[in-house]
This record gives sequence, structure tokens and C-alpha cells, in this order.
Amino acid sequence: MIEVDSLHKKFGKNQVLTGLDLQIEEGGIFAVLGPNGSGKTTLIKCILGMVLPNKGAIKVMGAPIKNTWRYRKQINYLPQIANFPGNIKVNELFKMIKDLRQQPDRQEELISLFGLEPSMNKRLATLSGGTKQKVNIVLTFMFNSPLIILDEPTTGLDPASLIQLKNLIREEKSKGKTILISSHIMQFVAEVADEIIYLLEGTIYYKGGISELQKKTGQKDLEHAIAAITSTPVHA
Amino acid sequence: MPLRLLHPHLYMLKILKYSFYDLIRSRWSYVYFMFYLLLGFVLLFLNNDVSKAVITLMNVIIVLVPLIGTIFGIMYYYNSKEFTELLLAQPIPRSSIFLGQYLGVAGSLTLSLVLGLGIPFMLYGLFKSDAIFDFSLLLVTGAFLTAIFTALAFNIAISNENKIKGFGYAVLLWLFLAVIYDGLFLMSLIIFEEYPLDKFSLAATMLNPIDLSRTLILLKLDISALLGYTGAVFKQFFGTDTGLLVSMLMLLTWTVLPIWRIVYKAKRKDF
Repeated sequence: MIEVDSLHKKFGKNQVLTGLDLQIEEGGIFAVLGPNGSGKTTLIKCILGMVLPNKGAIKVMGAPIKNTWRYRKQINYLPQIANFPGNIKVNELFKMIKDLRQQPDRQEELISLFGLEPSMNKRLATLSGGTKQKVNIVLTFMFNSPLIILDEPTTGLDPASLIQLKNLIREEKSKGKTILISSHIMQFVAEVADEIIYLLEGTIYYKGGISELQKKTGQKDLEHAIAAITSTPVHA
Repeated sequence: MPLRLLHPHLYMLKILKYSFYDLIRSRWSYVYFMFYLLLGFVLLFLNNDVSKAVITLMNVIIVLVPLIGTIFGIMYYYNSKEFTELLLAQPIPRSSIFLGQYLGVAGSLTLSLVLGLGIPFMLYGLFKSDAIFDFSLLLVTGAFLTAIFTALAFNIAISNENKIKGFGYAVLLWLFLAVIYDGLFLMSLIIFEEYPLDKFSLAATMLNPIDLSRTLILLKLDISALLGYTGAVFKQFFGTDTGLLVSMLMLLTWTVLPIWRIVYKAKRKDF
């Protein structure tokens, strides 16, 4: 589904990705983990074509993404911080994105799932952080794409919405989709992810299953296993 | 899976539409429009002379249009950052996003200018007056100045992540082209007065879109006799059809080059 080949990215003097190689097969939920500043968002943005790598190549669904934009039709992306233009209304935002993507959508179903009906006519600037995140999630899951990328999807969600989100992710997985999630909430990762991709200092430090990682580090709890990952040699 | 993709130009038109409506609904567009409307009415109905009104308008337009284009351009770019990031993750070519936004800003500002001044002049009976050509020239150069300075502002914004810096550079650029350039130009004319300066003056005028617009309108208004010897030289050049054509081409170049750089920079930027 995604092939990343020796990816390098530097922001000024700050080398963020240092020869990152990654293969993500089709189908399943992959969690991208790593400490702050390890390059998770940069990697995701490189896959989306928002950040342009200095060196290396990325293929999405078998085709190189350099200088193209059409492949993004196959991707649904949930950005880390739900920053929307403030002076437009929620329903206008949905209309706009639908107008741009020209794909069948499941907007109504998702709006009622997250109880967004009362917010539809409100301007985005007036929404709370959690409600904005719900809008963000509806926007992401609205279209039927084979690749879904979620950057910190749990931010600001209340428990009921978190359950809805997990169900939504599992439902998409059961349709055979590939889902890439970056998160700091280990409990959430342990619940939904099939595989873990651990980034450290701009490369992949570990890639594999959760149970495998727990065995290697001798830690039962995922949170402790992740914390122990750098002190125990667990190279993939 | 249905995979309908539109032609890239259609995406640009869609973005243009959103940006245009977004701006048209904003309070500042109305203020800008009302300002010109008021200015037009006051000048025409207090002055009662279309030619004089055009000259006064020119003096206002030549300074104000670049300033407003610069400020609106830079503010719009920074304020729509979130929207831009949202669009960048969608299946849309980058050039369409930025060109669409640019054309939305430049288009709505030009509309404010043309309608704001056009309505009072039409009510006054412009079509019966022989000042219609001068007036049209005024609007055309106004449109060019809007396009040029909005594009320059987008260029500055796209190269500067820091809002305050970007804003500062943009205002400095306006100040330079609207005020400082003329000062330097005059000073060099005084210092080198013993040398023939016709070609130099012509070139210096061509290289600043504000000076170019001013000279173009002044000479068309046939008050070049007031300008003395240099005026005569200028009249020989700008007064002819060739001069007009070359000037228009120059304004077009001033518009196209910054627009080209917006696309060039946008394609190579990290978001």
C-alpha cells in the first residue's frame, strides 16, 4: 500500500528524517509511535505530499507520488490540529469539501453518529475543541478511500465519541482498508492497532506486532513496553 | 470505486469561487467599495468636471490601490493558512490552490474599485462625456496595480512563515515603490543633471509599476505641457500608441512574473 524508500528530510538545520525505510501492506491498522519530535507528523505529511522530502522516494498503491496530486483521491486524512477557516459554517465546510472531491459520501450518517446536528449552522470559530475534532472526524470518514491516515485522532474527544471513533476505525478495517494512526494514547493504540511502527530520531526503530513487542521487552503493558523499547535491543 | 477527477483548471475556479465569496462577505470589502463610491460621488458632484475628477482620482488610486492590494493580499494569505492546509491534503494540484486564492483576492478588490468608481461616473453621465477613455484607462491601471501588488504580497507571504516579518516586508515594499523610489529618482536627476537623462528617466519609470501608471495617465490626460522638457520626451514615447502598448506590456510583465513565482514557490514549499 505504502512504500517508503530511504527518506531524508531536513527543516533548516534540523534533520528530522534520516533514511527512513517503510513498507506498509494493504489492510490493517498501523500505529505510528515515537517520542515528540521523532518525525511522525513529518512522515505522514510526506506521504500526503504536503512536505517534500530532500531525498528518497514514496510510492502509494504502487505508483510514485512525486509531482502528482491525483493519488490523494485514495486518501482520507485527519490532521493533528483541527484548524478550520473560522468564518464559515460547518455545513458550508462539508459542502465545499464534497464539491471538491466529487465522491459519494456518508455525511448524514456520520453527523448523527457524532450528534453534530445542532452545530451544523454554527461558524467553525465558535465550536469547542472537541466539537471541532468531531467535524474533523466526519470530514475524514465521509468518503470511501482505501487509505486512511489519522494524526492524533483522539484529541479532545469525550468517552462516548471515543467509542464511536474506535467502532468507525474497526468498521473501516473490516472493509479491508489500510489505516495509519499516530497517537500518544497507548491504551487506544493497544485496543485498535494490529502493528506498531516505532520512530526514533528519524528512522524506524521497531516495526511489528504488539504481542511480539511485549515478549521482547518482557513488559506486559504496552505503555511500559514502549517506554522500555529504547533500553532493550528489539530491532526489527 | 468511482474515481472522478476534474480538470485542474476547474479546481482553481472552485477555489477562486470560495475565496471570492469569502471576501465579498467580509466587512472590509464593503468599506473599500463604499470608500470609492463616496469618493466618486464627492469628486463628481462637487467638482462638476470629469477631467479634474479623473486627475484627483488618479492621485488617490496610484497610492491607495497598491497599499490595499498589499495589505489584503498579505492578510488573506496568513488568515487562510488553515483553509490552505485543509486543501493541500485533498486531491487538488497545489498551483490551483494558490492561484485560486490569489485570483479571488485580486478579483474582489478589482470589483470593489470598478463598481465603486463606475457607479457614480455612470450616474453622472460618463458615456456622454469624452473623458470615457481617460476614465477607462484609470480603471485598467487600477486593476493592474491591484493584480501586481496582491501578487507581490502573496510572494512575500509565501516566503515568510513569520506573519509580522511578512507584513513588515510588504509594507516596506509598498513604501519603497510608492514613495522612496520617486525620491531616489528625483535625486539622481538632480545629481546627474549635466548628462542626458531621457533614456534613464524612461527606464526608471518603466521599472516601477506605480510611476508607470501615473505617467501613463498623466500623459493621456494631455497635461504634459506642464511637465517641461522631460514631459515632451515622455509625451513622444507614452503619448503614442506604441508607448501605450509597451507600457501595457510592462504592466502585464509586472503582473505575470510575481504570479509565476507564486506557483513556483508553492510547488516547492513544505506545509
